[in-house]
Amino acid sequence: MGERTVTRADLAEAVYHEVGLSRSESATLVDSILDEVSRSLNDDGMVKVSSFGTFVVRTKGERVGRNPKTGDEVPILPRRVVVFRPSQVLKERINPHLAETAS
Amino acid sequence: MTKSDLIKRLAEANPHLLQKDVERIVATVFDEIAEALARGDRVELRGFGAFSVRHRAARTGRNPRTGEEVDVPDKAVPHFKTGKDLRELLNAD
Repeated sequence: MGERTVTRADLAEAVYHEVGLSRSESATLVDSILDEVSRSLNDDGMVKVSSFGTFVVRTKGERVGRNPKTGDEVPILPRRVVVFRPSQVLKERINPHLAETAS
Repeated sequence: MTKSDLIKRLAEANPHLLQKDVERIVATVFDEIAEALARGDRVELRGFGAFSVRHRAARTGRNPRTGEEVDVPDKAVPHFKTGKDLRELLNAD
């Protein structure tokens, strides 16, 4: 029983079964949700989804990296990265064996 | 932005949908992702990013206040890796 990969298509299929929309509109709405989250991260730097988790944009400063193959020093430019902090509810859902001991 | 802001924006962009349907759509999407992670599956949303579950081995920790040893059981932690399009959006200039 290997792990499988859930994609946008699977989310669209779930929306299709849950709400009375067409398959194509369900797919468009899944895309709209992800686009809206992306846009909001870019504009405001934070998206909070209760009982799921919080996406936060962090700014990383410039640092000197190294090409692991050649050992050459290369500057890593300052950049913005997304950090996802899972909610307590999500952590417990993924660790049902720990849920009863969580404070 | 919070989940309710997200619902509000989607409802505005889709005036033909009922507010309660938009709420169910948003809930379904995040619930499916959470359910997949609970099964140990990966969730790959092309352009946006990928969620996976990483495993942390059991370890002996220490209560920082008392110095007392405590057993920390093994656990799974969700991890998010930003997708290419989102990374480029955040670093475009």
